[in-house]
Amino acid sequence: MSRVEARHEVDRPTPSGAPSRGGEPGALRWWRRHTLARSLTLLVGTALALGLLSELLNEYRDLQLADAAYYFAVLAGLSVLIGLSGQISLGHGALMAVGAYTAALLIGNEHWPLVPALIASVFVTTVVGVAVGAAASRLRGPYLAGATLAFAVGLPGLAYQYSGTFGGANGIAINPPAIPSALGSSFPLERWEAWIACAGAVLVAFALYNLTHSGVGRSWRAVRDDEIAATVSGLRVPRVQALAFTLSAACAGLGGGLLAVVLQLANPGAFPLVLSFYLLAAVVIGGLGSLLGAAWGAAILVLLPNWTHDLAQSFSLPDKVGANLPLAIYGLLLIVAMLAWPSGIQGGVRAGAGFIYGAVRARRAAGREIG
Amino acid sequence: MKVTKSRSMAMLAAFAALGLVAAGCGSSSSSSTEGVSATSITFGTHQPLTGPAAPGYSEIAPASQAYFNYVNAHGGVFGRKIHLIIKNDEYNPTNTVNVVHQLVLQEKVFGIFEGLGTPTHTKVVGFLNSSKIPDMFVASGCPCWDNGSAQPYTFGWQPNYTIEGKVMGEYIAKHFPGKKVGVLYQDDDFGQGGLAGIKDELPASAIVSAQPYQSGTETLAPQITAIKSAGAQVVVYFTVPIYTAIGQLTAFTLGYKPQLFVSNVGIDPTTVAGLLKTVSKGKASGTALIEGTYTNNYLPSVAETSNPWVALFKKIKEQYDPSVPFDGNVLYGMANAYTLVQALQAAGKNLTREDLVKAVNNNGAKWSGPGLVPFRYSATQHGGYSGVQMGRVEGGKVVMFGPKLTTEPTSGTPITTFNGSQPAPPASGIPSD
Repeated sequence: MSRVEARHEVDRPTPSGAPSRGGEPGALRWWRRHTLARSLTLLVGTALALGLLSELLNEYRDLQLADAAYYFAVLAGLSVLIGLSGQISLGHGALMAVGAYTAALLIGNEHWPLVPALIASVFVTTVVGVAVGAAASRLRGPYLAGATLAFAVGLPGLAYQYSGTFGGANGIAINPPAIPSALGSSFPLERWEAWIACAGAVLVAFALYNLTHSGVGRSWRAVRDDEIAATVSGLRVPRVQALAFTLSAACAGLGGGLLAVVLQLANPGAFPLVLSFYLLAAVVIGGLGSLLGAAWGAAILVLLPNWTHDLAQSFSLPDKVGANLPLAIYGLLLIVAMLAWPSGIQGGVRAGAGFIYGAVRARRAAGREIG
Repeated sequence: MKVTKSRSMAMLAAFAALGLVAAGCGSSSSSSTEGVSATSITFGTHQPLTGPAAPGYSEIAPASQAYFNYVNAHGGVFGRKIHLIIKNDEYNPTNTVNVVHQLVLQEKVFGIFEGLGTPTHTKVVGFLNSSKIPDMFVASGCPCWDNGSAQPYTFGWQPNYTIEGKVMGEYIAKHFPGKKVGVLYQDDDFGQGGLAGIKDELPASAIVSAQPYQSGTETLAPQITAIKSAGAQVVVYFTVPIYTAIGQLTAFTLGYKPQLFVSNVGIDPTTVAGLLKTVSKGKASGTALIEGTYTNNYLPSVAETSNPWVALFKKIKEQYDPSVPFDGNVLYGMANAYTLVQALQAAGKNLTREDLVKAVNNNGAKWSGPGLVPFRYSATQHGGYSGVQMGRVEGGKVVMFGPKLTTEPTSGTPITTFNGSQPAPPASGIPSD
């Protein structure tokens, strides 16, 4: 954890008034100081890249891109919660369910348009997140994990208990999102779903990037590293923690709402208890506290079940073994990641890139000395 | 500074990787119909190979596959070998959505065949119809498949649950008049459809308790207790096999022994006996807890070994699917596969998806086969078999009795006797059209 942290500290924008580093061009310095400019560039660049990607992919891959995008929204929030504010949550699957059912009820029964329904998903989940977050800020470590786990266990039961409203095991089915006529009649639905989900994911990335590079992000890190020191510095620790939890709940709500739109369905089968474990495993394997780590995690969540299915088929394993193989492989990956790359895939990539860059710079420096 | 730069390099690398992935799986479009060639035709299906509905039902698609293998070994249909890709959805609607998209968009199947389950398959009907993918012979009797005008590509196969409920309701009204009736039903279109049929034939005052359960639950104690305390003397189950077993074990521990009626989807004695043994941890053995239960069927009982259809399918099972017992699920899978081969024969050599749909619309009502009653197929009716015959569990086997009864799934339509006889299967075991 501390290795991850050290990198974040370095990455913080230079406070204004600090002596400028020698030899650094003015444009680069401006770039480093302006988080908003950086994040806006990132926003536009990623949106363009994803749009291009969706054009290149076939319909099934587009659907997987949409799946990865809504998982990213959840994982990014969870990653910030765990990696930056130092709280753990095993209840994010249930928070996704809140968002998904809100969207499905509003779109299916009340015929709300897409965007207001998704905003409502975020809002309702945020309210739930405030309640859970308030309780969470009083709990530490395993107790916090236990409390959020209880939430994940208990919440899907409501769908069965009030089956008149929530449709029981059958769930709530909704119509697919209408494709704008400007895109033409042959525009595949899956690509449109990918666009919707990616738009949500990019917005989450934009918001979280700015927050983590602001005073809020610094207060989270301070609380995570030493609660007493943070209190002495004037931070209200429970409030800081509750804010982090609420924010990550909002992200989970958006992810859940997008899931309902992409699958055109909200049903308890989408939010089993293991989903919360999968989410936790994915952020850890991807790389805690990093947005790109959440992207790796989302890719794993989407691709791994298919790979393991093919694996089970090619070894003609019994169905009961095949059905449980993904969970076993997550466990294995988690152990390997903990041993080899404690900072996840993203940590590994970063270390690799750092090594290459370091080697290049050393060679260049050596060349300069000789010259 | 070093870290920042290396991070942006990592980002660049990630985008480059994404681009490579994208280039690797670029979209491909083909002009001819997907999933069919001169030598093969591929269907996909979603089945509960694990999960609450798996016991018994997991045998269905492999049995269909065994029948296709038999047909393939005898030259296929118009020289085409039939392939069936089976995907496990665990009877979880969310998984159904995923695997059916995978079958259609990635595996490029010609159509979906025998997709199993009401809560599951209802979630993909919209997608299949808007993508114009034939959705053949859903393995569920939900009344919701029977809508040829709104869902032209979806066809039911087994009689819909309302027809089944009506026939059982009428039997109760005739043979158990004045008795108090309780109903245990799965809380989705399956159970609700069956309950609607029962209510259509029995006076409202006769039904003293109707208890829903959620698929996935592990206990039926509250429901059975409520039905018992309402004083029901006749109980009707619209349950999948696992809940037939749990329900009967619960009734047994409560010392409650009403006259039981069970939907044909939840009574296969081999399956229920196995489940009773598992659920009771070995304490209950055999079919004693379901002995004397009334049910119904639209296919001959596997116990009728002299029936030529049963003999045919038993022979094929022994050669192509030897590892499972010959039970109602196997018969179901083979009979449904037989109907698909009939449809493929009728659709002709130059096959498109529309041809297959038209073939069923135009010819389906005339097909004879393993079913006891005719199909209700036309351009607007896509509902499958038009009726059932009553049966009873005797000596651990379903014994059919009484007339074959057909009706419409709508309220108030009369139940009539079907007098046609069942022709023997063709000598080859493969329909010629």
